[in-house]
Amino acid sequence: MSSASPDIPASVKVILATDCGSTTTKAIMIEQVDGVFRQTWRGEAPTTVEEPFANVTVGVLNALTEIQEVSGRRLLDDDGQIIRPATADAGCDIYISTSSAGGGLQMMVAGVVREMTAASAKRAALGAGAIVMDTIASNDKRRPHEQIQRIRELRPDMVLISGGTDGGDTKKVTEIAELIAPAKPRPRFGKSYELPIIFAGNVKAQSEMKRVFGDGGFDLKITDNLRPSLEQENLGPARDMIHDVFLEHVMAHAPGYDKLMSITDAPIMPTPGAVGDILQTIAKGRGINAVGVDIGGATTDVFSVFDGTFNRTVSANLGMSYSISNVCAEATLPTILRWVHIDMDERELRNRVKNKMIRPTTIPQTLEALVFEQAVAREALRLAYKQHKEFATTLKGVQQQRTVGDTFSQQSGGETIVDSMKLDLLVASGGVLSHAPRMHQTAMLLIDAFEPEGITELAKDSIFMMPHLGVLASVHETAAMEVFERDCLVFLGTCVAPKGLGKPGKTCFSWSLDGGARGSGELQFGDIELVELGPDETAEIEIKPARGFDVGAGNGKVVKQTIRGGTVGVILDARGRALALPEERSACQAAMSRVIDQIGLYPEPAAEAVAQTSGSTR
Amino acid sequence: MAKAYTPGLKVTASTHHEAHRVLPIPGEVKVAEGDTVEADTVVAETFMDGDITPLNVANLLSAQPGDVPELMLKKEGDAVEKDEPIARSKGVFGMFKAECRAPASGTLETVSSTTGQIMIRGASIPVQVKAYLPGRVLEVLPAEGVIIENEVALIQGIFGIGGETSGTIMMACSAHDEELDAPAITPEMSGAVVIGGARMTAAAIEKAREVGVAAVVSGGIDDSDLREILGYDLGVAITGTEKLGITVVVTEGFGEIGMAKRTFELLQARSGRMASVNGATQIRAGVMRPEILIPLEAGKTADSEETNHTESGVLELGTPIRVIRDPYFGLIGTVAALPESPQVLGSGSKSRVLDVALESGDTVTVPRANVELIET
Repeated sequence: MSSASPDIPASVKVILATDCGSTTTKAIMIEQVDGVFRQTWRGEAPTTVEEPFANVTVGVLNALTEIQEVSGRRLLDDDGQIIRPATADAGCDIYISTSSAGGGLQMMVAGVVREMTAASAKRAALGAGAIVMDTIASNDKRRPHEQIQRIRELRPDMVLISGGTDGGDTKKVTEIAELIAPAKPRPRFGKSYELPIIFAGNVKAQSEMKRVFGDGGFDLKITDNLRPSLEQENLGPARDMIHDVFLEHVMAHAPGYDKLMSITDAPIMPTPGAVGDILQTIAKGRGINAVGVDIGGATTDVFSVFDGTFNRTVSANLGMSYSISNVCAEATLPTILRWVHIDMDERELRNRVKNKMIRPTTIPQTLEALVFEQAVAREALRLAYKQHKEFATTLKGVQQQRTVGDTFSQQSGGETIVDSMKLDLLVASGGVLSHAPRMHQTAMLLIDAFEPEGITELAKDSIFMMPHLGVLASVHETAAMEVFERDCLVFLGTCVAPKGLGKPGKTCFSWSLDGGARGSGELQFGDIELVELGPDETAEIEIKPARGFDVGAGNGKVVKQTIRGGTVGVILDARGRALALPEERSACQAAMSRVIDQIGLYPEPAAEAVAQTSGSTR
Repeated sequence: MAKAYTPGLKVTASTHHEAHRVLPIPGEVKVAEGDTVEADTVVAETFMDGDITPLNVANLLSAQPGDVPELMLKKEGDAVEKDEPIARSKGVFGMFKAECRAPASGTLETVSSTTGQIMIRGASIPVQVKAYLPGRVLEVLPAEGVIIENEVALIQGIFGIGGETSGTIMMACSAHDEELDAPAITPEMSGAVVIGGARMTAAAIEKAREVGVAAVVSGGIDDSDLREILGYDLGVAITGTEKLGITVVVTEGFGEIGMAKRTFELLQARSGRMASVNGATQIRAGVMRPEILIPLEAGKTADSEETNHTESGVLELGTPIRVIRDPYFGLIGTVAALPESPQVLGSGSKSRVLDVALESGDTVTVPRANVELIET
């Protein structure tokens, strides 16, 4: 299955990594400089899975050639092969890759009870980096023929079936299998492709699965039950099996991947799976809780690690270009306009949104267009995070022990494990966040959408390097960690935001940095303030919240903590949590104007800037 | 650098076009290589597996799943009629027997002794593929379909709704910037491909639907009108399966925007000719834009009708382009300059830009990402 080389050199000095996206293949070079690993060069080229090339390695080699040209280091030999191992001025020791080309990994999952085995199956699939097209369950409120009709419409790369605890009832899960088999879901890769079915349910039902799926057209794989008992969830084996099937079947059908797999030193991972892995590695390494978000044109991925439990969600129709119209439909325009301090014509905005949807590659030219786009982004992120919180409930993650009593409570919804007060690090990636003209805008987008409570570090992925580092972590964790800290993340700063609500004008909290040496003050409820603290700087902050406010130690209790600076600094946010903007439009505009002034979100553009405002050509 | 690459929509008076017409699953091809076909000629046909209707007989008869096979009155592979008894319980001492009737007609496909569930497969569903583009069968793809070729005028729209259709081109507007409203639609337009100018109103589309117009093509549409026609707010631009009874193609975009003059004139000059129109749009994953195909008059080839040639995808001085984002959305002009270094935009972003000489005589600077080539 794997293309992993058994002999990763012990003294690794140079690493090459690529991420084959749907449109662009991004390559980075990592070198050991003065004893630590640093990302040194990067290159990119169009992905070549489509005609006329229909071979992903062409794009990979083009991206590596670009690195070769800019770095002066010879990476490819005369036959176009990657030179290994590294010498003083040529080659690399490790080459690894991730891929989301061709729409990534698309799965259908099924379980018996929607809130239990089906939910566990969905978590396993999402955690492995898949897009879950639908979840079929006995109690999903659809009638059997409706379920069958749905299965027939889908074009999954594979199906994951779970159901039943080990040794328990086999009938229900067999019923589900009996719905799937005759529906004959047609795989994306044509009729010659045997659709992989992964069964991770009751061990006693395995023989039934062989009977149901034995008639050809399917490739049945059996792995450990992902819900061996009511109290236990065991997602690891199912996730591993998904990765194996991804490599064996899905990747093998993508043009050129057989060759790509043969030249990588670790199995190719689905891009979101790799991002999840690096976030888990970092959270574990630093002993923190972290949330990562990647907002794209079509989808938004949210990753979280709380108390060691990892969760990932994909919001399929929340994005900034293809899906922008859907964000507006879901959030509603008045809600989006809460974040806009200037008057805008609603009809024109609606047409603009649709024009962005049909011409997704355009960029905001005027400040007004940027303000609106960032307002939409806040709502897309907010909705994606809300979905994530609803999904990441108790009984999540691998091998978590629970009591039977907990299991019953889960059926009524389950408590979210995403706790904004416990959140230590919030990482942003994706065009609208990474390419915002000012980092202050990125920071405020994160704060307004995620509403972190207490003390939270904010960072962004500099050049979308997290996928590369995720797969690197599987072969060289030290290198992955060092590059992540030094080159991958751009620290924006720290957000301090007490939980609680008050009346405007009343004290919310007082603060001092390094005992007042670097500043101190008091914020009224509704205020926001930016304090400078540069990148690579740290300071000790003391926060005294007023009664009714909590910054992590409890109601009104003082917190002292060392915080990190960044390109933005320390944002002291006394607007309260949950963040409530004034309902009345003009009051809301005034509140946003204050934020914009205090943080310096949209400073006057340079006089020579092109087209400052919208209007006629004269 | 005096060149850059940008996407564009094709608007051409004459081109060689090949339409791939394939079945979703293998079937029978009904035409032969070299045959001449019309838009509504069936070129390939197949039968999809019928719908499945599951029924849990064990539950209905209060029997053990393992007993179900012997309670069945029909065997796997037997034909069953709707409401026909298909299973009967043993009852108590031969009395009080419960019966289970077929919920649908079809064939009894499986009987499970594990779950007590049976599956009835309905009659196969015929699937036909029509030629869509009148022309000649260039190639037969065995068991899959055909490739049809013809010399056509091709106009790609930016967005559409509704699927494939065809009809005679009829002009409803006399200028490219004239709004298309309901009074311009007449009963004589039944079955026609109606060409408007600028924004088409919901009232115009509704009236067109009433009189049986096959397709409406115009420069723009308002988002609120689209919502009114569809009955919902379109979230993602994946269209083509709407059952509206009419196909709608927008050539420029949303808002009050006139059709590009050249596009309008091209359509106007072909008034009275047959056109094949498809509103299907898919912007994500493998961009698909709506299209209008107008076969050339018999005997004419792609080279015999006048056409301009620009290297596809390349922006250079003098290239005709359309601005596709505010504040100059919809304006048309030519590339006047391609400055090398990026410039700071009003938004504060740094981006590579170009100067556009507009039709009005003004020159404006816009990001390169915000223009679209008018392909010829």
